[in-house]
Amino acid sequence: MTSSARRGGTASSFRSLSTAMLKGFVRDRAGLFFVFLFPLMFLVVFGLIFGKEGGTKPKIGVVGDGPVVVALEQSGAVELERLGATDDAVRKVRDGDLPAAVLAHGDTVELRYAASDQTQAGLVRGIVGGVVDKVNIAASGQPPKVRLDSQQVEDSSLKAIQFLTPGLLSWAVSTSAIFGSAVTLVSWRRKQVLRRIRLAPVPVSTVLSSRLLVSMGIAVGQTALFIGVASTPVFGLSLSGQWWLALPLVMLGTLAFFAIGMFAGSFAKTEETATAAANLVVLPMAFLSGTFFPIQNAPGWLQAVSQALPLRHLTDGMLDVMVRGKGIEALAVPAAVLVGFAVVLGAVASRLFRWDDA
Amino acid sequence: MSPIGGADGTIVVADLRKRYGELQAVDGVSFTVAEGEFFGILGPNGAGKTTTLEIVEGLREPDSGSVLLLGEKPWPRNPRLLPRIGVQLQASSFFDKLTAREQLETFAALYGVSRGDAADMLDLVGLADKANTREDKLSGGQRQRLSIACALAHDPDIVFLDEPTAALDPQSRRNLWDVLRVIQQRGKTIVYTTHYLDEAEILCDRVAIMDHGRILAMDSPAKLVRGLDAPTHVMLAEGVLSVEQAETIPGVEGVNADGVSLTLSTRTPAPVLAALAERGALDGLQVRTATLEDVFLHLTGREYRA
Ligand SMILES: Nc1ncnc2c1ncn2[C@@H]1O[C@H](COP(=O)(O)OP(=O)(O)O)[C@@H](O)[C@H]1O
Ligand SMILES: [Mg+2]
Repeated sequence: MTSSARRGGTASSFRSLSTAMLKGFVRDRAGLFFVFLFPLMFLVVFGLIFGKEGGTKPKIGVVGDGPVVVALEQSGAVELERLGATDDAVRKVRDGDLPAAVLAHGDTVELRYAASDQTQAGLVRGIVGGVVDKVNIAASGQPPKVRLDSQQVEDSSLKAIQFLTPGLLSWAVSTSAIFGSAVTLVSWRRKQVLRRIRLAPVPVSTVLSSRLLVSMGIAVGQTALFIGVASTPVFGLSLSGQWWLALPLVMLGTLAFFAIGMFAGSFAKTEETATAAANLVVLPMAFLSGTFFPIQNAPGWLQAVSQALPLRHLTDGMLDVMVRGKGIEALAVPAAVLVGFAVVLGAVASRLFRWDDA
Repeated sequence: MSPIGGADGTIVVADLRKRYGELQAVDGVSFTVAEGEFFGILGPNGAGKTTTLEIVEGLREPDSGSVLLLGEKPWPRNPRLLPRIGVQLQASSFFDKLTAREQLETFAALYGVSRGDAADMLDLVGLADKANTREDKLSGGQRQRLSIACALAHDPDIVFLDEPTAALDPQSRRNLWDVLRVIQQRGKTIVYTTHYLDEAEILCDRVAIMDHGRILAMDSPAKLVRGLDAPTHVMLAEGVLSVEQAETIPGVEGVNADGVSLTLSTRTPAPVLAALAERGALDGLQVRTATLEDVFLHLTGREYRA
């Protein structure tokens, strides 16, 4: 007997298992779609819906002319629609086509607004009121008593793509990691591939870590794709200085969600159950973690719940390093949380590991 | 080489028992297989063949009883033993979306075997021209042969095959027999299960006939059949000979005419055939000796149905 055949060789097992899984993944069209194109569709659709300008400006009708109208135009806070007659403008407001209209004749400025949309009405009243005050002060020739210097905190603009990219990327990475481990584990157990591997001198750790490596490769691919697409002029993502810190974060996120998937996969008997379990974990978590839309406006208790979720910390960390311009210090909390989840769930899942259903 | 195996047998199984709930799937099975032997476990579906084999391979823990393979215990998972056994599971298990060669190379690499050696195995099982075909595009017989190649990729000493010929068409079955014979010629010890008694009779050095979790008989197929002391049936075309004429032939124990053929039973077929030749009554002659199916009938009192 050849002794080389007897030695096993963990390195060669690891390499060949990773290669086998990668080939299987690349040749599976449906899998590729769900891992790459499906989340990208969200990015494209949301990116286009919310447009480049982020929060939309209210559009108000204007009749007549004067210093107030000029000042409104310069404020940039509203969009103006020139209208010919007062009747015309009032009807449009009444019909709900416009939230408000400014009627300027000489020194009188009238504001007609629809109270049906309270938020818009308040916003427009505030803006127009502010502009009128400013014009009055300027006309009085007095210097203003209080000067307001306002600047935006976020980078450049309120562009939706700035928070969509880190959020949706976090969601995409965690979803593929959790499915990658849960469904693979169950499918291999059901199809007896695990039993067959069990008959070879290969440690469980080699089997799992080779799949983890493939998941990490997939996550890197997703990151490159997302950043690449979001950075095109159509979407106009602008990354901040140390955005590449997203990469270690993506790795840690993959690790944590891989462990969660292993945990789910140790209970599920069929791929369908595993898929359902993974969805059950990741979908509510995605909504509560600010991956699709910012969570900052949610009630306090919901925020507290979301602080317990690994995806929340992944998303926060990604936002911090990709668009908020923070440095490596922003990784501390997310890294600790993600590693914590990975270690605890990974340890439990390893104890629950089964080669077969028998 | 280690002194294990040898006179005590490469495989020593003693009094295995396994129960699934109310069902006693394996009920006191013992057997020994010598090095280089082709050993068959036969029996109808549900007899307990797979359960027995999986306990021997170390995939299942028996409720009681013991197994030694090459002097080692297969349960719990024994990494020292694993490289020395090759297993084809009853349900073929492959990686998703890999070609025949890739499947083989992946399994081989799990044992640290190089690619070149693995490729030879495709030749052995006659799949060289299907090397680049995806596993899910292979026919049933080709998939079984690939599965066997994967079991052999690391050149094991003992090969376990669970129903390798089940659900194959006759031609594929015969192709597979040739593969199995080549494996035996390479000096491997083979343990294989089947529910085709005729096939086991042709291939195996020794068989164990199993039913309801027990081994009913164990020996070489020829000895089992001879031990039966069953008559040989000689069949002739109807009208060649009358029943009365047939009964007068010395050695004939019984005659039966069914309208199509005339069947003579005898325990001394040679003189009976000579007498028939003398009378020129050999039209449509067929001779049917006892088979393992008759052995099964004798042992269980019921017709064999796989
Ligand atoms: N995992 C299991 N759980 C419960 N019953 C089983 C299990 N595996 C096999 N059996 C039952 O045990 C009996 C023997 O099965 P098996 O060993 O597969 O027989 P064979 O391989 O001879 O067809 C059958 O009745 C089968 O239904
Ligand atoms: Mg079986």
